Amino acid sequence: MAETILEVEHLKKSYGSQALVLNDISFSIEKGEVVVVVGPSGCGKSTFLRCLNRLEDINEGTIKLRGVSYEKEKKKVHQFREKVGMVFQSYDLFPNMTIMGNLLLAPMKVQKRKKEEVQAEAEQLLERVGLLEKKDSYPRQLSGGQKQRVAIVRSLLMHPEVLLLDEITAALDPEMVREVLQVVLELAKSGMTMVIVTHEMEFARAVADRVIFLDGGKVVEEAGPEEFFNHPKTDRAKQFLNSFHYEAVNE
Amino acid sequence: MEMSVVLGQLPHCMKEVNRLFGLNTDFMQENLSLYVEAAKLTLHMAVFGIIFALIVGLICSMVRYFKVPVLSQIAGCYIELSRNTPLLIQLYFLYFGLPKIGIVLSSEQCAVIGLAFLGGSYMAEAFRSGLDNVPGIQVQSAMSLGMTHSQIFGNIILPQAVSNSIPAFCANIIFLIKETSVFSAVALADLMFVTKDLIGMNYNTDEALFMLVAAYLIILLPISIICTFVERKVRYAEYGV
Repeated sequence: MAETILEVEHLKKSYGSQALVLNDISFSIEKGEVVVVVGPSGCGKSTFLRCLNRLEDINEGTIKLRGVSYEKEKKKVHQFREKVGMVFQSYDLFPNMTIMGNLLLAPMKVQKRKKEEVQAEAEQLLERVGLLEKKDSYPRQLSGGQKQRVAIVRSLLMHPEVLLLDEITAALDPEMVREVLQVVLELAKSGMTMVIVTHEMEFARAVADRVIFLDGGKVVEEAGPEEFFNHPKTDRAKQFLNSFHYEAVNE
Repeated sequence: MEMSVVLGQLPHCMKEVNRLFGLNTDFMQENLSLYVEAAKLTLHMAVFGIIFALIVGLICSMVRYFKVPVLSQIAGCYIELSRNTPLLIQLYFLYFGLPKIGIVLSSEQCAVIGLAFLGGSYMAEAFRSGLDNVPGIQVQSAMSLGMTHSQIFGNIILPQAVSNSIPAFCANIIFLIKETSVFSAVALADLMFVTKDLIGMNYNTDEALFMLVAAYLIILLPISIICTFVERKVRYAEYGV
């Protein structure tokens, strides 16, 4: 039987007294599974990911990591986050450190691992994403795509149970999108558990084991990628997928 | 260049000053040592005042950043009071006001405390804006790596905030050194005091004022150049592309 990594039940989230951003979402992801979350902007995709990483407080519901809820223990939230990696849309490398400094910081400070060991692993991962020669550079010397690849490596070095990717290519030039998504595809092949929010539909189709379509803070449709992209069931999903097609002007 | 070489050039420079401005260079040379002493005293007071101002400023901005109850309100009141009253009045209060309640301070103590009192609020505000300008995403990405609040503050927020604040710190240091020119009000024999003294005794107004300007420039220009250099060095905090 597959192991359940994250389990979310009846999650509700609103900011202040405003309407619910997330309205009763239940979700679970198993080891090695790749779930892609799609939906129109403002539908709560990013909020959903941020809740999964406990960056946002939730109003109702439970979030369990391997069956353990950290709900009651605010002080232990950082232990929860240690196991749930996240990469953001904007480049979030620490500008005051070299690439290697960025990579070593959390494993050494949070997990108290030996520098030599982390460094060896970091170099290995950097080589895999083709950035080993940049290890002594500063983030400002890297392109957007390179920074995002480093950010992914930084998360991986913490050996997370699950990796959350929040529109990691949305701020990149089209040419750089590919180099980043290639890394994510390889991660998926190697069995990494991931929840991915993206607007790249072709990529979603290629990487997903399961697609979740969110609208108005609710799960409107949930299906395998082939089924979702070829035969969406709901009108809302059809409408959404159609917005990615352009009809030729003249024939 | 060695000091003796510099001093050896002095008579030549003086001759030039005489030729260009028509100033009495003999008078200037006679009283040069007075200015050197006064400049040393001014710098001495400024260094201590600025160091204390930095300490006060860091404490205040931390207290406000972490919203420590009571202390944060006190710091807020202090900052408003200090920024919105002139140094001269603050010095008068220390020198003439405090003895009325039995606290007698020397001129030097008044000068250092006054400068620290004024500078503390400017440094606090400079550092606060440095702290505010660390983007939230930096904190969030550190959080998502499982770092605790104290680890994030020490490794991410503090270094970036210091680097953000350096230009404002430098501007404040130069501002505070210039503010030392009111120390003469509490009978401290600083550059301004010596100048007024010389004018009063000999009526050599042009020479005395020329030397005053020169003294401040000699102190401030190198500091200004060092500041520019330091600012360029620490400007690593470049976010985005």
